[in-house]
Amino acid sequence: MVDQSAVGREFTPVTARVEPGRLRFFLDTLGEDNPVYRDENTARAAGYRATPVPPTYLFCLEMMDATVPFEFLTALDIDLARVLHGEQRFDYFAPVVVGDTLTFRPRVTSVTEKKGGAMTLIVVETGVTNQDGVHVADISRTVVVRNPRPS
Amino acid sequence: MSAAQPSVGERIVHKEFPPITRHRLALYCGASGDHNPIHVDLDFAKKAGFPDVFSHGMLVMAYLGQALTDAVPPSRIRSFSTRFAAITQLGAKLTCEGTVAELLEHNGEKRARLTLTTKDQSGEIKLAGEAVIAL
Repeated sequence: MVDQSAVGREFTPVTARVEPGRLRFFLDTLGEDNPVYRDENTARAAGYRATPVPPTYLFCLEMMDATVPFEFLTALDIDLARVLHGEQRFDYFAPVVVGDTLTFRPRVTSVTEKKGGAMTLIVVETGVTNQDGVHVADISRTVVVRNPRPS
Repeated sequence: MSAAQPSVGERIVHKEFPPITRHRLALYCGASGDHNPIHVDLDFAKKAGFPDVFSHGMLVMAYLGQALTDAVPPSRIRSFSTRFAAITQLGAKLTCEGTVAELLEHNGEKRARLTLTTKDQSGEIKLAGEAVIAL
């Protein structure tokens, strides 16, 4: 079971490029037709350098380009089948647009036991910077681990 | 968003989405990079103790984000967060809503805090979240 010793653990940074084809697949999947995401002229008129990404897409970029999928789960010996997503937060500091190259640096910031050890809540916070070193966003993910009952 | 300042209690976000299908979950698996089999592989989901596959929480949050940026330009969103209150099942027909909870100011920028919800067709809350936007 994950305990306090995990707090402060850092994982391999992920570098991800915002590629137009992959982004279009995401927009199509969600039926997203807002022109700001699809039309460069609309995006420029709204003040962007190129078409921006939707609010949750940073989460996807980190997963898509991770060299070790679900690294924090395997590193902490957590079974993927026992994990649920508890909470998710994004703080945005600067725009992210097609063509950007982002670096994600994830680390564990808290581990909390709930319901007498039946569940463990793990918070992973990830700072995101772009190709110019601009801190564009922070991402915070809380995962819920359904712990096996002690035998 | 209109130039007029919204008032507390005003509903400014509202959007309904088509029912969640297995096909949508498969597409989202590929499009999002979240390849957790629990959302697309029935055998895996059953072995993990669930009666069927179920939606990625982040697919539901993506819908909530879409509803939000239909109403508010993405460049005005300062933060966006949610709690995943319940699992979203296949067939769920989701409605996303947001109301103004508070008007505030941060370093001279006028902002609003929105309370956001995503409910299914029976009114069960799936996501309970909030966003802070610049006005």
